[in-house]
Amino acid sequence: MTESIPAAVVLDGVSKSFGSKQVLSEVSFSVPRGEAVCVLGRSGTGKSVTLRLMIGLIKPDAGDIFISGNHISRLEGKELSQARCKIGFLFQSAALFDSYTLHDNLALPLRRLTSKSNSEIEEIVNRALKQVGLAGDKHKLPGALSGGMRKRAGLARALVLEPDVLLVDEPSSGLDRITASEIDDLLLEQKALRQTTMVIVTHDVHGARRVGDRFAVLDKGRLIALGKPQELEDHESETVRKLVMEN
Amino acid sequence: MKSFLQFIGNVTLFGIRVIANLWRRPFELGETWSQLGEMGVRSLPLVSSSGLALGVVMTLHTRSTLVAFGATALIPRVQSLSFFVEIGPLVAALLVAGRVGAGIGAVIANLRVTEQIDAIEVLSVDSFKFLVVPRVVACVIALPLLTVFMDACGLVGGFLSESAVSHLPLQLFIERAFKGVEWSNFVAPTLKTAVFGFIIGTVSSYYGYTMNEGTQGVGKAATNSVVTCSLLVILADVILVKIIFLLFPGSAI
Repeated sequence: MTESIPAAVVLDGVSKSFGSKQVLSEVSFSVPRGEAVCVLGRSGTGKSVTLRLMIGLIKPDAGDIFISGNHISRLEGKELSQARCKIGFLFQSAALFDSYTLHDNLALPLRRLTSKSNSEIEEIVNRALKQVGLAGDKHKLPGALSGGMRKRAGLARALVLEPDVLLVDEPSSGLDRITASEIDDLLLEQKALRQTTMVIVTHDVHGARRVGDRFAVLDKGRLIALGKPQELEDHESETVRKLVMEN
Repeated sequence: MKSFLQFIGNVTLFGIRVIANLWRRPFELGETWSQLGEMGVRSLPLVSSSGLALGVVMTLHTRSTLVAFGATALIPRVQSLSFFVEIGPLVAALLVAGRVGAGIGAVIANLRVTEQIDAIEVLSVDSFKFLVVPRVVACVIALPLLTVFMDACGLVGGFLSESAVSHLPLQLFIERAFKGVEWSNFVAPTLKTAVFGFIIGTVSSYYGYTMNEGTQGVGKAATNSVVTCSLLVILADVILVKIIFLLFPGSAI
């Protein structure tokens, strides 16, 4: 069944509610390998919930989610853990382990999930930190870093296992325009270098236009538009037009 | 009443999950070692100073009573027995419940709030095994060791207080302190603190791990951990003392 799905990410009729509140309603879209889709929408429309469903942190009430051929919404335990090895996730807050140095934050998944030697891990961690411009900060604790540095470190950790799919939650949140642009540059670099498939939840249209190939627009838990940014500028829905237009 | 029973049920299941995960790989020895340092070594100053102070106070109280009966020679023995049998284990457990229980509850709840537990799961690491099991194991190992320190410091405090008043030599104090004291007076009460450690580790981890009330919940998890752990330690003590008396009838003073 999984071999017949060519796209890297597939959401098929996904619905989710918390108590009586319907957060997502029959959301369906797919992302081909190497493409970046930016999910836009007003606050509380279910964008972050969509990402959490895609990584298997929560289960949908209905519908199916496939990531890199794995039926994420049906997997549990060890199988889910194995499937997650192919997915990178950048949290809104970066979610670095605050009692670990940057080096140890990046080394943890390599130590736990690969059979690499210490010297290989050292080399990979150094390379990943250098890539995000934090080579000189590897012995620092996350608390000693600025918001932008934490975000870059979070991105390095998300990419350290070289995932097929990268899920990004609000990459520019809490950052100034220049720092947000640096994060976008790193995402673009990753996309160009490894053809990583990306699903990016964001409020930053400027960044979304730089990184995203297509936009998916959510409103009140429903997918109301999906397409290239230029196509959506003339969309019949005013909400979509407002969300995809800069300024 | 329903929510109380629900809580007992949930904590019991949580504890069973801890025991089941103990035998599963990876064994998280590094994390356990680090938690032992955090809980055991860093609790030493608190436990030692409390033991010393309690030792002094205990001697002052018992002296004033025993003088009336001309039985001051019994002071070292009263001191050692009361520390080995009850004061050492119970006070060490209550101190650890306050310091470590609050710490575990707050730290794990904070990890939940700041999405670090989600991040651990996303990295394909079992967050329960990585965060909860090492903390419970560390509590189980650390508490009997801390109790031994508490007992030792209590005796030192007692000796300092007694020698200041009666100029009792150290050798005679030790001789009198251990005269008539059975191994069962020391070993069983010390080992029962492993159960206290399990209760403290499990209950405080439960409050932190299952917290879902945002930043406000962090403080709540810490407070609930201390209150519940202290209460459960005292209740468990009643049951364990009865069990010790059944298993070692000679240890009943």
